[in-house]
Amino acid sequence: MARYGMVIDTRQCVGCMDCVVACQTENDVPVGYARDWIVTEVRGTFPDLAMEIRSERCNHCDNPPCVSCCPTGASHVSPVGQVVLVDPAKCIGCKACIASCPYGARFVHPDGYVDKCTFCDHRTREGKDPACVSVCPTHCMSFGDLDDPASRVSELLRTRRHHTLLPEAGTRPRVFYLT
Amino acid sequence: MAGVADATTRREEREMQMTSNITRRKFLQISAATLGAGAAATTLTDSLLGSDASAADGSVRTVPTYCEMCFWRCGGIASVRGDRLWKFEGNPIDPQSHGRLCPRGTGAVGSHYDPNRLRTPLLRKGERGREQWAAVSWDEALAHVAERMQKIKAEHGAESIAMLNHGVGARFLQHVLKSYGCTNFAGPSFAQCRGPRDVGFTLTFGYGLGSPEPTDIANTDCLVLIGSHLGENMHNSQVQEFAHAIERRIPIIVVDPRYSVAASKAKYWLPIKPGTDLALVLSWLNLLVTERRYDREFVERYGTGFDKFVAAIAGYTPEWAARETGLDVGLIRIAAREFASHRPAAIVHPGRRVNWNGDDTQRSRAVALLNALLGNWGRKGGLFVQAGLKVPAYPLPPYPESDKPLADNPNGERYPFADEPITTGIRDATLTGSPYPIKGWFVYSTNLLQALPNRAETLKAIDQLDLMVVVDTLPSDIAGYADVVLPESMFLERHDELLVGWGRRGWISLRQPVVPAPQDQKPGWWIAKQLANRLGIPKSMPFDHIEDYLAARIRKAGYDWDKLKSEGVIVGPQAPITVEDGLELEFGTPSGKVEFWSDQLQAKGFDPVPKYTPPEPAPEGFFRLISGRAPVHTFSRTQSNPLLADLMAENEVWVNAATARSIGLKNGQRVKLKNQDGVVSNPVKVKATQRIRPDAVYLVYGFGQTNPMMAAAHRQGASAAQLTTKYKTDPLMGGTSIHSNFVTFVPEA
Repeated sequence: MARYGMVIDTRQCVGCMDCVVACQTENDVPVGYARDWIVTEVRGTFPDLAMEIRSERCNHCDNPPCVSCCPTGASHVSPVGQVVLVDPAKCIGCKACIASCPYGARFVHPDGYVDKCTFCDHRTREGKDPACVSVCPTHCMSFGDLDDPASRVSELLRTRRHHTLLPEAGTRPRVFYLT
Repeated sequence: MAGVADATTRREEREMQMTSNITRRKFLQISAATLGAGAAATTLTDSLLGSDASAADGSVRTVPTYCEMCFWRCGGIASVRGDRLWKFEGNPIDPQSHGRLCPRGTGAVGSHYDPNRLRTPLLRKGERGREQWAAVSWDEALAHVAERMQKIKAEHGAESIAMLNHGVGARFLQHVLKSYGCTNFAGPSFAQCRGPRDVGFTLTFGYGLGSPEPTDIANTDCLVLIGSHLGENMHNSQVQEFAHAIERRIPIIVVDPRYSVAASKAKYWLPIKPGTDLALVLSWLNLLVTERRYDREFVERYGTGFDKFVAAIAGYTPEWAARETGLDVGLIRIAAREFASHRPAAIVHPGRRVNWNGDDTQRSRAVALLNALLGNWGRKGGLFVQAGLKVPAYPLPPYPESDKPLADNPNGERYPFADEPITTGIRDATLTGSPYPIKGWFVYSTNLLQALPNRAETLKAIDQLDLMVVVDTLPSDIAGYADVVLPESMFLERHDELLVGWGRRGWISLRQPVVPAPQDQKPGWWIAKQLANRLGIPKSMPFDHIEDYLAARIRKAGYDWDKLKSEGVIVGPQAPITVEDGLELEFGTPSGKVEFWSDQLQAKGFDPVPKYTPPEPAPEGFFRLISGRAPVHTFSRTQSNPLLADLMAENEVWVNAATARSIGLKNGQRVKLKNQDGVVSNPVKVKATQRIRPDAVYLVYGFGQTNPMMAAAHRQGASAAQLTTKYKTDPLMGGTSIHSNFVTFVPEA
């Protein structure tokens, strides 16, 4: 069974937010909400500076607290790619998952259920990349099966330095940042 | 200080030296605040909000067309789900997008649904600029325009009606006005943007660079950016090549007073004192010559006047430049040695919006000379020579002859090296009535109040007019002063002229409607045709529908019209664009050589080799205002797009963090900016940051709009153009400077 993940090269990313817009149109995310976003971290003092730009989203954790805390089973791990999804029909809007997510990846959709990145489940089922990956003009994002040693994402993780967000939270994120 | 979150939270910038002890709890608070706060849903469309996200309902159709969210004009493919525009993606066969659009292109859907759009023709009631309008029919609006035009023509001649425009959509209105006898047409893309660069390169190599710039970043081994903020400007294919260059780990050298995104990717960042770039470039010329690091073979074979050039730059040592620019002399040297070591596969990027200081043609010429020393003209990894395709013109009647000179620069006497008309020259003629009165302005898709310097002069010029027509999709600042506002359909709703592009290969792109205009908006060609009928020149538009015109041109060029309609883009064959693939170099200068020393400049009384003049110092307590772009906005025309406004609703004023502390400004606080002439901006948020020199402040331009009809963008942020009251005019070609103003802070009460 595939285990989908994303590898994002922070050196190539220019923070243009195309990924954010593409997610918005592809997934009909209402204006005012976002399933992905850009974080820029600046270190140092003028003129000795370094900067990391990251496109962030749900980390589709291997150990997802949002799934274990969900009282109704709405938050679940999909059999396709082991992606973390929310079933709007089962969601009661209790927000336990929002509190449990250390990444701030979830929000309450105006229609009353919790929403977040799906790794574009509807696209990956058709063999396409998620919208954010497919539009990125810098080609900084790669998507694929982390369990397949021949995949681009596996190769990048073998050959490049990388980190995840808040590894100390124990969530085992599957979005990796190359540095 | 917590993370600096944008009002709508799609982006967040944290400066870690101030938040080094950030805790997870703190981070959660930031996240909660940023993701949840104020997130009252505003719906883009009913169908977008809460609709079924699945596209697998079989009702999706796609239409290829080329983008007009900016001037790069990428080929894209729009998807329509049911009867609603859904998304716009890159066309894989298009050389400008390679299948990937930038955020503005991706966000073009938002411009279709923008609730601020002009919906119907408007006639001014009340005083000009008071924004009292009557919504009228196209018949009434065009009858009014035609009647006023006829009156101006009868009293002053058709030359007294000028057109100021931006973008490919202006094509047919221009044509009809030319057929009517008008001769004065200008776009800010010349004197307010790339003009100095193209003239500087023409003086040196005999060719301007045009758009897209022929920089072979894809194959270069070293890229130098002087003020170019690739990645913040989203010149799509260029940014794609830039990102690939980063991936290839080539050395990148960035000269910028600001730690731009590009600077953060650079091997060397040179945080130069604004206004002193020419000093740096002259010292680099000097170093390459003195240390004999230039391409001697190229210079001997193709150059002329080299010895006189060497003598002229002898005094511009790196030590001297270090004092002028505030840069470390070692950094000046090491950067030059780095890029020189990669010649000819090294590029000093010519830039695009280069009208900074009023001596920009000479600075651009110095940049051209630096590229000449690298011998990179027509070389792989350098500046290639564009290839194009021939598409015959549609047979249209000739234009009437005029015995009057052009108003902006009569007989080239004001600005001898201007090779395109000058917007501010037309403004001057309107103000003075010399060489003859200008009584009508057609303003097509250019927001002159944000594009031209010194707003008061523009408004005073408008006071001289008997007719001002604004054709646009949005109620821009300038539309507020119109007599007649004509609402154009946006690019996804209309046909336009073909795009015949020059690049690594020639290409042709088609613009065609994807969805109908939502209200009474009409395409430019239709407006032009109706106007031609009313002006009594119907034969100037001898086709029923623009499709007849486009199809005729394509068929005459020998291409398949139906195939173009279904694929959107035709890409031409490979042609030699560098010496490596068989190109013979030639130069269009008077000497046929690369002119290191310019006799034609000398003949007109200008410096034959660029000379440095130091910038004016800032008044006590003031900071030099510099401006640039953000990736999600184009000029002042996208700020109300709901998708893009969600990413950046207002600009911020960047202030060095230490400076901010010393004058008591806090990050996120709102201030007004006051310039040296006492002009005060809208309130704008302070971004106290390490990413800028202490003597400069920075604004993304296009914000702080004044038209209340533009509800979403009205008074959001500060306008850099409003604060640009002082400007210098480039004596060679009439370019107007934008970085010649100083501001201080007025805290909000």
